Amino acid sequence: MKRFAQLFTELDQTTKTLKKVEALVRYFEEAPDEDKLWAIALLSDKRPRRTVRSALVREWGAQAAGIPKWLFAESYGVVGDLGETIALMVPGEEIANSGSLTYWMDYIRGMEKLDDTTKHELVADAWGSLSVMERFVFNKLIGGSFRVGLSQKLMVRALAQYTNIEENALAHRLMGKWTPDNTTYQKLVVEEDLNEDASRPYPFYLAYALENGPAVLGEPEEWFAEHKWDGIRGQVIVRNGQVFTWSRGEELVTDKFPEYLAFKDAVPDGTVLDGEILPFKDGKALPFQVLQTRIGRKNVTKKILTDAPVVLIAYDILEYQGEDIREMPIVERRAILEKVVSEAAMKTDRLLISDLVEFNTWEELANERLRSREQLSEGIMLKRKTAPYRVGRRKGDWWKWKVDALTIDAVMIYAMRGSGRRANLYTDYTFAVWDNGALVPFTKAYSGLTDAEINQVDRWIKANTIEKFGPVRSVQPVQVFEIAFEGIQASTRHKSGIALRFPRINRWRQDKPATEADTLQTLQEILRGYGG
Amino acid sequence: MPLLEFNSKGIYCQQADVYIDPWRPVDRAIITHGHSDHARWGMGHYLCHKHTAPIIRARLGVTNIDTVEYGETWSKNGVTFSLHPAGHVIGSAQVRVEYRGEVWVASGDYKLQHDNFSTPFEPVRCNVFITECTFGLPIYQWQPQEVIFNDINNWWLENSEQGKTSVIFGYSLGKAQRILQNLDESIGPILTHGAIENMNKVIREECCPLKPTTLITRDTPKSAWAGGLVIAPPSAAGTAWMNKLKPLSTGIASGWMSLRGARRRRAVDRGFALSDHADWNDLNTAIKETGAECIITTHGYTGTFTRWLREQGYKANEEHTEFEGELSEINEAATKEADEVATEKEEGKE
Ligand SMILES: [Zn+2]
Repeated sequence: MKRFAQLFTELDQTTKTLKKVEALVRYFEEAPDEDKLWAIALLSDKRPRRTVRSALVREWGAQAAGIPKWLFAESYGVVGDLGETIALMVPGEEIANSGSLTYWMDYIRGMEKLDDTTKHELVADAWGSLSVMERFVFNKLIGGSFRVGLSQKLMVRALAQYTNIEENALAHRLMGKWTPDNTTYQKLVVEEDLNEDASRPYPFYLAYALENGPAVLGEPEEWFAEHKWDGIRGQVIVRNGQVFTWSRGEELVTDKFPEYLAFKDAVPDGTVLDGEILPFKDGKALPFQVLQTRIGRKNVTKKILTDAPVVLIAYDILEYQGEDIREMPIVERRAILEKVVSEAAMKTDRLLISDLVEFNTWEELANERLRSREQLSEGIMLKRKTAPYRVGRRKGDWWKWKVDALTIDAVMIYAMRGSGRRANLYTDYTFAVWDNGALVPFTKAYSGLTDAEINQVDRWIKANTIEKFGPVRSVQPVQVFEIAFEGIQASTRHKSGIALRFPRINRWRQDKPATEADTLQTLQEILRGYGG
Repeated sequence: MPLLEFNSKGIYCQQADVYIDPWRPVDRAIITHGHSDHARWGMGHYLCHKHTAPIIRARLGVTNIDTVEYGETWSKNGVTFSLHPAGHVIGSAQVRVEYRGEVWVASGDYKLQHDNFSTPFEPVRCNVFITECTFGLPIYQWQPQEVIFNDINNWWLENSEQGKTSVIFGYSLGKAQRILQNLDESIGPILTHGAIENMNKVIREECCPLKPTTLITRDTPKSAWAGGLVIAPPSAAGTAWMNKLKPLSTGIASGWMSLRGARRRRAVDRGFALSDHADWNDLNTAIKETGAECIITTHGYTGTFTRWLREQGYKANEEHTEFEGELSEINEAATKEADEVATEKEEGKE
């Protein structure tokens, strides 16, 4: 457990991917095989279920720390994490050899069926014999909430470095429903799987941002234009009667999008599609947030499939009838794609084509771009008709021409402390606009400021508080911020009558007095112009 | 009338007409220690421990300072004063105030852990004890400083093996010297940022010797910091000054670093939980050892800590001051998190 807690600390301590990979490789070098298997499972979100209710953990924690419940609650409020709160304040004695990760996984899973009194004894024993970081990991494991800031892709990369097995092959081997109980490190990682070739993706071709409009691109007729969809870039592979879905991060996400399994009967074997994984319901795209929530979930439940179903908006085909056709010009690939998608329509409604935007002049296209927001698109994609499908980000053939965000100048009126990891700083702000001399709150936003600005704003808030209520302070209505947002909707739930999509702070308008901030009327005008 | 009262200017002893650590200009001030939230500019007259005097002279440019030794007493209008070690930074003192048999102690900032540099804290018996509670929650429990310095030295060694310069951030008064005196100088050379070296110079010339350090100037050759460790103030983090030290690894030493969130939020590579303030257990120990029946909490988690003390049977109250404790340190090591979330979204979407 000591070694695993050390790995956790190392992964937790850095945001640099190189360092994370190094730390993992060192762990794989040092840990016994059965611990490696558990580490892989835990880092792939295959964590055991919660074995102790958090209300009990809280009670036992306060008891072990010898403090009243209210003080425990206050401390928890500051730390923002139950497992860490207890790890920090329960007295423990560090034992040099605290047992292997596998020992503790068995210990924890063994508690599941026991009564609360016995569980309490086992938990208290564990707390007393582990160091702070081990205790933290233990608490996360019994709470069923163990998480590490590490993508599956990086874990696979580290394992590839350690084993000298190719990354894509490993990604394939680690897919699916295995648990440490029904496999071994040797079987799962080392032994070859006959299917892994079938799952191999092509590298994605990435577009460059078009900063100054398309005039520099030459003649309009040389270009295809499509909307830029607000989803996740994905590649769906149908080979050997199986479906594999890869995300842009070259992560194998087949299990996350079961909708695409239907493609195996809908498109010919030996097809690879490039497109956008897009939440889509009743003939309409849904906001990106819907997809984000879905990705965050460990299991794809029925409810998720009903609330946030996805389609693939296909815009390219890279392999057809088992043949790599990336060298064909996109006009030809597009013709094949249209055929494949239209034939698939009988079997699945989860595969759509990304329609071309008709235009004759750049002005026409510019006008269409301005309508992007109504379709929940982020702008226009331009693709040179004669271009092959290239690898990586190469300038010249694919361009993204995004729409500018909408903005409004608003006054900060409340500030909230970040929970947990941001407990000491005021990072979340509520903004208001003027309406007949009064300030009406209309949105919250947190991201967008630089470190230095966050500090400065935090200090200003602490010095200019009118009132405190729990983690929230009302502040003098003085500071003006420019809020950028992607969309606007009428809303009955908000006092202001509007709701923004993806609001964020664009900049701090220290040059602007509060009296010159925007009005509710301005927002209503934007709503009339862009709402929907 | 209480012997010491809290007014808009500071902690005031009316009987002797003197303030302790005032935050507005007053005629006569007793200063507990040299940190800028306790020692401020503009007092008619300063009185402090002899090691604090050169520090505030250098920092504030003031000359009207009288000094005393720990334990030395003086009286004014029937009130007897003396200073006692607070263990916070060099020269830091608790102020003992006695009048007609009643004893109050204003402890400024303090810690019980021995740091191998500043004079260790001494409990002083009193009736009323004025205490900070910067870390007045049970989640703050320091590890022995040997453990932390072991981590720091190992980090330094590892960086030096990888050809990286180690840069550690800490307050120029206190944390910097504590780090310096506890480093394993066999690992490599120890260098300093100008702000740290200025303070070191004052301490070397007027207080006591320190381990040798090399100031980094414009003319210092790169070879001077090969395998070395640089001590810099938190305000130097992320400035252009750091560029020439690359490749480098950065660390910050602060009590706040005991929380995972603070460690993750910092813009540095490593966070070391090292504080010059008392942790939860030490606050409770210190209070108990004064024998005081009445406790006044000044800065930190005052509300929570006061309630806890009341439940322990003390008469406890909180008072508002303008002391900040270690608060500003955390703000120096601030968040990249929001930016990271935004980038991740962009990356995933393409
Ligand atoms: Zn201080």
